Amino acid sequence: MAIYGTALLAACVLIGLFIGDVLGSAIGVKANVGGVGFSMLLLIFASEYLRKRDLLPTPTKEGVHFWSAIYIPVVVAMAAQQNVVAAVKGGPAAILAGALATAVCFALIPAIARIGTKGPTTDAQTIAE
Amino acid sequence: MEDILLDVLTKNGLLTGFAVIGFTMLVSYWLSSRFTRGKLHGSAIAIMLGLALAYVSGLFTGGQKGVADVPLLTGVGLLGGAMIRDFAITATAFGVHFQEIRKAGASGVVSLLVGVILSFVVGAAVAAAFGYTDAVSMTTIGAGAVTYIVGPVTGAAIGASSEVMALSIAAGLVKAILVMIASPFFAPRIGLDNPRTAMVFGGMMGTTSGVCGALAAIDPKLVPYGAMTSTFYTGLGCLLGPSLLFLATQALVD
Repeated sequence: MAIYGTALLAACVLIGLFIGDVLGSAIGVKANVGGVGFSMLLLIFASEYLRKRDLLPTPTKEGVHFWSAIYIPVVVAMAAQQNVVAAVKGGPAAILAGALATAVCFALIPAIARIGTKGPTTDAQTIAE
Repeated sequence: MEDILLDVLTKNGLLTGFAVIGFTMLVSYWLSSRFTRGKLHGSAIAIMLGLALAYVSGLFTGGQKGVADVPLLTGVGLLGGAMIRDFAITATAFGVHFQEIRKAGASGVVSLLVGVILSFVVGAAVAAAFGYTDAVSMTTIGAGAVTYIVGPVTGAAIGASSEVMALSIAAGLVKAILVMIASPFFAPRIGLDNPRTAMVFGGMMGTTSGVCGALAAIDPKLVPYGAMTSTFYTGLGCLLGPSLLFLATQALVD
């Protein structure tokens, strides 16, 4: 039944958010620390476990797939409730602070992504081959 | 008749939300294929439409929650609110390979630390350039450049003025919006097409809404990887902002 999948998903989110809140209060931060991240890990492990034991029939999967498919519209709904007026009104200081922070971090992504790999040589080898 | 219709739409807000967002998606995908031949992804257009609607709604209602402040559209607020958002983001992890996450482990952690600290330094420097030279204001605006949640949390903890708090939230909002809109255009240049880079992207940019919106437009398969790291970013920022980063700023300025 589809509800099994949705229930599994809901349980993972609730447990994950709980862990995030507990972690937040443990380190004295007024925020949920990694709640959704924990939820995702829980879901990954739970589905792996169930799949191996053949306990994940198609209807159950559908109960999760629907929510994963509805994700982009949810993001659009989220965008539609941002305080865009405040962002624009913040003036040049706010716009520059936000924009520069974004640009600088974005530019560094390739360098950080290389950490832990064999480095740019792998690219060169691929081309050589 | 009109009253009854409005009543039905407001009473069943979430359903109205589904219908309105569904229609927005339809229009966006049509615009995408008709005018950009799919080059500008439908979801990117939908997000821009969403932001534009939020701006117009904000101007008319004077509220802070975009279209969700329009009584007829409160359901959109529910649909895009924290509960459904977390639910849907988590669902995207279904079918993710844990190996991919482990492979990117080291660069993911580094990206989180570099992302938070670098955003903070840039934000604080801009604040100083605009005349906010005291440690409290610099820290608060710098924290806002981390995310729009870290800004006010930090500002409240160290006693910033409400003007500075507003600036810091605005800086974070600019970041979230810019990440959403601009990243899809620059994604090919930084090789943002694989799980590893998506995780680093999430860790460097951090704003969950921005990261997930951008990745949805670049390649929906990458969403869970970026979401995974970015979800730790705000927490890390809230941890470092009022403590280490504030003390460091104070030591530098005073």
